[in-house]
Amino acid sequence: MLITCPYCGPRDVIEFTYQGDGNRERPDPASQNFEAWNAYVYDRLNPAGDHNEIWQHSGGCRVHLRVVRNTLTHEISNVAFVRGDHSSAARRKAEDKP
Amino acid sequence: MAERQSPLEPEFHVGSHGNFEHGVEILLTETRPGSIVQLAAWPGEEKTLMAAIRAVTGLALPDGAGGGSSDGVKSVFGFAPGKFTVTDEAEGLASAFAKVVAPAMGTVTDLSHGRTAIRIAGPKAEWVLSKFFAIDFALPAFPVGAGRSTTHHDVFAQIQRTGTDQFDIYVFRSFARSFWKALCHASEEVGYEVQ
Ligand SMILES: [Zn+2]
Repeated sequence: MLITCPYCGPRDVIEFTYQGDGNRERPDPASQNFEAWNAYVYDRLNPAGDHNEIWQHSGGCRVHLRVVRNTLTHEISNVAFVRGDHSSAARRKAEDKP
Repeated sequence: MAERQSPLEPEFHVGSHGNFEHGVEILLTETRPGSIVQLAAWPGEEKTLMAAIRAVTGLALPDGAGGGSSDGVKSVFGFAPGKFTVTDEAEGLASAFAKVVAPAMGTVTDLSHGRTAIRIAGPKAEWVLSKFFAIDFALPAFPVGAGRSTTHHDVFAQIQRTGTDQFDIYVFRSFARSFWKALCHASEEVGYEVQ
């Protein structure tokens, strides 16, 4: 399985660390809404198909990524930085040329 | 100034090794830069930091991911968004950057004693490195000056191409001897010389 890091380009999955389900929404730390906390900790969509995930390119640029991975085929249909875009982060232009 | 010890010392054997009867196709050296510095820009400060790098080193960074350059004495390359590795044969680079990189611009981390720089050169350099790292070493995909962050068996490595047939690899000092031994083993089949 290859994940195309927006900074580093296509890399083997061994360079990445799975950081969990990307659909979760963390309640306010001060919240005492137990149902919201329960949902955050336990409830998962578990889809057979496209799934929003958080991965870190831990063996590369170390950036956190939003990845859409198909749980049936492992096809990666989208990869983006979790935190904003960096002006210097566009793929190096030389690589886009044949 | 105290003399710096090399972590490769017990396994650093100058001379030709391996299958070199038909010629040496790999040169291995330790470049021992006096300064290895890591710079990181806060979001939005990337261009300002790149200008500071130019002011201190005289090296212009090309735009884009992994871009870099080297003049043979000083080198710089991007290894992550807004983050750069800068090296110099001379000591004192970290203090030079500390003067120009304001706290609002980014951070300066002195890694001079934390990394070991190994140079692999020769017509089989791409071949040997391809046995270690799952990245494309072909010149069009990895141009001269450019840098890459990758991993060999969980040993993090930063690689800069400093020539058509030459790469500088920065590894953790504590892993450097083991990495060096592996590099020597991988070079045996093509014949290598340690200088
Ligand atoms: Zn990356």
